[in-house]
Amino acid sequence: MTAVEIASGVRSGRHSARSVVDEYLSAIEADEPEVHAFNLVVAEQARARADEIDAAVAAGQDPGPLAGVPVALKDNLCTRGMATTCSSRILEGWVPPYDATVVEQLHNAGAVFVGKTNMDEFAMGSSTENSAFGPTRNPCDPSRVPGGSSGGSAAAVAAGFAPVALGSDTGGSIRQPAALCGVVGVKPTYGLVSRYGLVAFASSLDQIGPFTATVADSAAVLDVISGPDGRDSTSIGEPQPPVSDTLADGVDGLRVGVLVELSGDGIAPDVAARLQAAVGALESAGARVSDASVPAAVYGLSAYYLIAPAEASSNLARYDGVRYGLRVDAPSTPDMNTATRSAGFGDEVKRRIMIGTYALSAGYYDAYYGKAQRVRTLIINDFASVWGQFDLLVSPTSPTTAFSLGERTADPMAMYMSDVCTVPVNLTGQAAMSVPYGVGDDGLPVGVQILAPALGEPIMFRAAAVLEASL
Amino acid sequence: MSADSLDSSRLDIPGLGAPADTEWETVVGLEVHAELATETKLFSASPNRFGGEPNTHIDPVSLGLPGSLPVLNEKAVELAIRVGLALNCRIQPSVFARKNYFYPDMPKDFQISQYDEPINVEGWLELPTGKRIAIERAHLEEDTGKTVHIGGGGRIHEAGYSLVDYNRAGVPLIEIVGRPELRSAEEARQYVAELRAILVAVGASDGKMEEGSLRVDCNVSVRPMGSDRLGTRCEIKNVNSLRSMGRAIEYEARRQIDQLTSGQPVEQQTRHWNEDDGRTHALRSKEEDYDYRYFPEPDLLPLNPSEEWVEQIRQGLPPLPRDRRFRLAEAASAVDLDHIALAVERSMDDLALAAVAGGGAPDRVMTHIVHNLAEGSGELAPEALAGLVHMEEAGELTATQAKKVLAVLVESGGTPQKAAQELGFEAMDTGEIEALVDRLIADNPDEWSRFCDGDNKLTGFFVGQAMKATQGRADGKAVTQLLNSRRG
Repeated sequence: MTAVEIASGVRSGRHSARSVVDEYLSAIEADEPEVHAFNLVVAEQARARADEIDAAVAAGQDPGPLAGVPVALKDNLCTRGMATTCSSRILEGWVPPYDATVVEQLHNAGAVFVGKTNMDEFAMGSSTENSAFGPTRNPCDPSRVPGGSSGGSAAAVAAGFAPVALGSDTGGSIRQPAALCGVVGVKPTYGLVSRYGLVAFASSLDQIGPFTATVADSAAVLDVISGPDGRDSTSIGEPQPPVSDTLADGVDGLRVGVLVELSGDGIAPDVAARLQAAVGALESAGARVSDASVPAAVYGLSAYYLIAPAEASSNLARYDGVRYGLRVDAPSTPDMNTATRSAGFGDEVKRRIMIGTYALSAGYYDAYYGKAQRVRTLIINDFASVWGQFDLLVSPTSPTTAFSLGERTADPMAMYMSDVCTVPVNLTGQAAMSVPYGVGDDGLPVGVQILAPALGEPIMFRAAAVLEASL
Repeated sequence: MSADSLDSSRLDIPGLGAPADTEWETVVGLEVHAELATETKLFSASPNRFGGEPNTHIDPVSLGLPGSLPVLNEKAVELAIRVGLALNCRIQPSVFARKNYFYPDMPKDFQISQYDEPINVEGWLELPTGKRIAIERAHLEEDTGKTVHIGGGGRIHEAGYSLVDYNRAGVPLIEIVGRPELRSAEEARQYVAELRAILVAVGASDGKMEEGSLRVDCNVSVRPMGSDRLGTRCEIKNVNSLRSMGRAIEYEARRQIDQLTSGQPVEQQTRHWNEDDGRTHALRSKEEDYDYRYFPEPDLLPLNPSEEWVEQIRQGLPPLPRDRRFRLAEAASAVDLDHIALAVERSMDDLALAAVAGGGAPDRVMTHIVHNLAEGSGELAPEALAGLVHMEEAGELTATQAKKVLAVLVESGGTPQKAAQELGFEAMDTGEIEALVDRLIADNPDEWSRFCDGDNKLTGFFVGQAMKATQGRADGKAVTQLLNSRRG
């Protein structure tokens, strides 16, 4: 059952929320030990919540558009009374006293939370191997990674642990694992979804979005979690039209560009072939497809790996052992800070804090952070000129299918290259999503990335629906 | 005398002089932090209130909890603009920045401040002497919490442990950075006093140095008299009153002069003023200063107040202390300028103006304000003050009686006539006074004969007796006149 089917069944009384959640909980019980998608499963709480939904329906109330839909939350989304770890030792034992805005919105729409999903520590990584609590495995092939950093959320949907999961996408952390696990993953326009309660990695790049098995389910979830929020100053002030309403409008007459800079060099042939197939499907549906060039996009990865660590170095300063989470005692406060941070953060987090601190240092700011911001402006301008000629762009989501566990852990640069196709959109703030489009030579899923201009979600989802239907 | 020709020398306040040195010039630039008088914090809805049980005025944002985000308080921006306008600044589009350094009382381990694009720039403040001091900038930022060191006499190095109170964390501050154009401790004192008066006048701050809502860092350097190059400066922290600021600047200037005259260079340092030993002590050198790694705060949008809003705020500004001094000086032209300044400082200039406009003699009105209303004017209405002065002028009340009537008016309002009546201060007619004086002469023959022999000190004795006999109703002047005429 899709999330849309679950909700309509619960609202009409065709099935109970309790029976739905029990089914997903048994799937978790059976396969979670192998997949390790979760840091925390809250089975009892989920059952109680499902009963509450059923009682509401029995009393003639409408629990909302996601009535009874089980949802897994990435473990960097704050949940009141439920531990939130970011898969880091440094936050071990911390229980947020408040809910993220998206958590509130999903709850108010009738969703049932089943647990918190594993991730790369503080969302820094592309394989979920940088978790302090051990890696998540790809449900399509347990010897492979699920991608990252929202690997737990992608795996949870792919393994049938929940029809919906939320992730966060700073440089591809929703789209890349969605592609590697064969599910739909959406990075909405920056500001469309409130970041209040999302533990920050890189504030100007972070955005929350859904994972689902179908395009329509992602649309339904996005319609619930998007909208203005007075608690996030970067949230877009005006409500946007629901994406679900125009899902079936097709792509006839739309101008679609194949983003050449992200579709040629470094893309595995089997992945490139699937992109070609997707282009063919869009053309058959009436889209006019041609090559599109965004020359500055090739500098995206370099700019990203300065801007994101710079912001992270500041965002992660607060984990100092003073107020919450881990504290390693030492004779003085500065020594305590150092001991706590040395013990609490993993290697990749430390690496990025050091890079970011360096990039912002007096005398280096202009050469690194300043230059990266100028490159970011260049990329924004290059995209802006392309949007005059195209309604949408397409590219692969990931250069390869899922790689093996351990394959890239020793080589940070190889790992960073996993994000080459996804990173530019975070720098520009535009919308993008990954839609599963068949499998590669190894039989593992391939994702196609659809890119839209800011607030172009309605058109982007129409193309996604066309691709999904063409399979 | 017109308001434009204020005699500056008469406003000098005694007590603090420049270091006794004619070869060296002291140069001072001040950075003043003032807490803005908002209801809530700069980026969250927690109350902005002094004191309170530790860690009760807090929320996820002011604790810097993971996932929390700042949302700018519009009232704080309005108050900052008021200050900017009052300091003749240009109000410009501004950007918040993160100032990164580790400190336990700073919840996020960075402070949200403004760096290269502050809201207010290029203003000036005029001292009561007429000298203008350039203001470089006046920007918005958040305050930190407070750390209390337990054990070891409260000193950080000997303390057993420390506790942090985040009630103050996130309270809005405006930091006003003045150019190094002050030339003495006394000018620095005048600058802070005037700045404080402006902040209070525009409703931006309560200006209480003792509660820490106004904090001053002093940049002090010295140079040979006549030089136009700035010497190496030291920044003095921990001055908690105008008095200790004056002492700290004088000590520091003296220290630097002694250093230079003995052939030692001044090292650029941050120094701590110790109230107890009256000295400054080195905290850290320039090399040990933090690298704050400023960068634009990505969680906040650039701040771009509309021209209409700024104009609206400008229209709503109350008269500033400088204008109020001019206005009062013009209305009460014969009066001491120190008294004018004091009346404005006590916010009694409106009362004085209204009383003078109501026909009260300016010198008597100002005498009451300066000498008899130090504790505030309470229920006293301007017409009542004017009426009181009238009664004095007409000889209906003695100075002593007027003071008592004034106390009643401050306490419970009403008219001076009614208050005087209730106190029994009916003016004595001439016959009554004559009868009184004659009785006193008869009752005190020894004193009278000595008085007649020329012992004028006894005037006081007889006036005192007259006051005693009438419970202060007698007019001392009239009694003296009668005594003299009886003596012949």
